[in-house]
Amino acid sequence: MTPTLTTFLVVSAALFCVGLLAALSRRNAIFILIGIEMMLAAANLNFVAFWRFGHESQPPTGVMIAIFAIAIAAAEAAVGLALVIAVYRHYNTTNVTRLDRLKG
Amino acid sequence: MSSAAFLVIAVLTLAGALAAATLPKLIHAALSLVVAFVGVAAFYFLLGAEFVGLVQVFVYVGAVAVLIVFTILLTRREEESARGFQWTGAVIALAVFAALLFAVLKTPSLSVAAGPIEALTVKSIGQVLMTDYVWPLQCAGLVLTAALVGALILVMEEKR
Repeated sequence: MTPTLTTFLVVSAALFCVGLLAALSRRNAIFILIGIEMMLAAANLNFVAFWRFGHESQPPTGVMIAIFAIAIAAAEAAVGLALVIAVYRHYNTTNVTRLDRLKG
Repeated sequence: MSSAAFLVIAVLTLAGALAAATLPKLIHAALSLVVAFVGVAAFYFLLGAEFVGLVQVFVYVGAVAVLIVFTILLTRREEESARGFQWTGAVIALAVFAALLFAVLKTPSLSVAAGPIEALTVKSIGQVLMTDYVWPLQCAGLVLTAALVGALILVMEEKR
């Protein structure tokens, strides 16, 4: 049995859900960012899998979208981690449940 | 495309991702994340998109993982308490996975094998980047510059 598009989609769905698990169940902001990165990687895997198994196209749209998404994800990680450091300076914690100053 | 390689890479990637999501210590989670990212890069190589795999290794394993490790070093290492894990998150993630699995497995047109494809060279990617995708390329450069400046402003010491 050679891998089909379905098997790739199942693996990327599993990766997405593990990322969702990390983003939803952890209290530490760095863990939440790690989960978001995993979800982005799963989406990129979907794009490249659809490019490989779909009809050949010129330009290779799926690959180009994956490349641009990786660039944007790098920018997102840099700004997100800078925000974590800025929040840590103010509150002395990275636990998101303790960032409740706006709570009524 | 060999199924043995696919199986090994899938197990490696998902094990790394699960470890990153569940390990209590941040530094262990960051290193497991690197394993998961290398697995995703191996998937790109398996799919014939070598350039994307290389970019994945350079950007994620080289830059993002180092950024995460530096952030862990700069913020105090806090052990998450046992109550730090929320089961509602696990239930929601499982429900989403079940829904995605249902949708993917119920679509018969997705179970296609890979046909022959022309090798994707770096030269052709570069040509496409400079012709069809030149405006997205410029916008990505602008976004990266803005992110660089924004990250610097965010972490700069405030004047008192």
